[in-house]
Amino acid sequence: MSVPAVEFRDVSKSYAPGRSVLAGFSLRVEAGETVALLGPSGCGKTTALKLVNRLLDPESGEVLVFGRDVRSEDAIALRRQTGWVIQESGLFPHWTVRQNVETVPRLLGWDARRRRERAAELLTMVGLPEAEWGDRRPRQLSGGQRQRVGVARALAADPPLLLMDEPFGALDPIARRALQREFLGWKKGLGKAVLLVTHDVREALLLSDRVAVIEGGRVRQVGTPEEIRRRPADGFVRAFLGEDAS
Amino acid sequence: MTGLASYFWERRAEIAGLTGEHALLALVATALAAGIGIPAGVALTRRPALARVVLGAASIAQTVPSLALLGLLIPLPVLGGIGKSTAIIALVVYALLPILRNTYAGIRSVDPAVLEAADGLGFSPGERRRLVELPLALPVILAGVRVATVATIGLATVAAAIGAGGLGVLIYRGIATVDNRLILAGAVPAALLAVGADALLGWMERRWSA
Repeated sequence: MSVPAVEFRDVSKSYAPGRSVLAGFSLRVEAGETVALLGPSGCGKTTALKLVNRLLDPESGEVLVFGRDVRSEDAIALRRQTGWVIQESGLFPHWTVRQNVETVPRLLGWDARRRRERAAELLTMVGLPEAEWGDRRPRQLSGGQRQRVGVARALAADPPLLLMDEPFGALDPIARRALQREFLGWKKGLGKAVLLVTHDVREALLLSDRVAVIEGGRVRQVGTPEEIRRRPADGFVRAFLGEDAS
Repeated sequence: MTGLASYFWERRAEIAGLTGEHALLALVATALAAGIGIPAGVALTRRPALARVVLGAASIAQTVPSLALLGLLIPLPVLGGIGKSTAIIALVVYALLPILRNTYAGIRSVDPAVLEAADGLGFSPGERRRLVELPLALPVILAGVRVATVATIGLATVAAAIGAGGLGVLIYRGIATVDNRLILAGAVPAALLAVGADALLGWMERRWSA
């Protein structure tokens, strides 16, 4: 077995004494695999995601990225090597689409030509060709287009791991479905490990190779979408899927 | 009216000289206030508790009547005395609050989602400030500088009371001799200066808005 892209080993995290968000959280994401962290709001899934690029640090346990404990890594360098997509995209409103996509390459000190070529490549991939869209500002785009730019920005420095926090959560249903389908295409071509946080059962089952159902700061069940659907491990998983899966 | 115009024309050399002096006084004071207020406002965003105290103190300083502040500064060693430097110190005190307050508010108003994105993408704290927070807060900061500039140009007329020169010289002389034309010879250029500065900074503000 190769080194997993991400491994949580018995991780605990609380924001205040006695108010634990994650407790004994363990999970592996293999290289090239897409894993969805699925659960109700407040279950700890976003916290788990933020432990991977050290936006948060755990109280106990370990988080490993490609076999290395993240706490031995420089947080800034780690984040530049890890793709990051959030809800509402968080694009920089004062920069053009191209400048937004070039963000991490610029932080890494790539020269202008290489940055621009990379941005053009990614903008083409997400269906917003640079010639037409590169000079626009985020506010001139629709929500779905902003989210595409957010994905392109996350991929700019070609990170082996992509973290996505409710990436399609703020979109209307039609734009969301369209982007989900496209994501499946990108994912196949890119071969990256993806850790995806969502509360949308359909999205988790559609996009991921495996789903981790989270509740109360613990993984209740991990399995392929098929396994989760067919054999929910307990009442919680069954109920959570039942509410939304139809 | 033509009488007033010809009165101004006869004194054009003196009016022009004092207008230049006045503009320089206001410019130096506002520039110093921006040089202190913007970095201080940025630093305060990291310490909200301290920010309340500092912004409160700056508000109180602004309630001191300007003529009284000038009078109080005269006997002070180093800072005080008669002349331009004392006047500039007083003007800086008044210009500081709008700049400080707007810098603080401007940076605090940056969308948290944008800051979260910057952190997650791997901006260092310095890069985040320089490339994201300051550019996004710039229109609000400039609005503070604009308010401060206009207020300083008006206030600088009072500086003539302690021998700092500027258009206040004509106004005080007009008051002393009960000559309204002389008062207007000081007041009209000061008002035009303020309107001009307001328009220029307003244009910059719009130009640099994201």
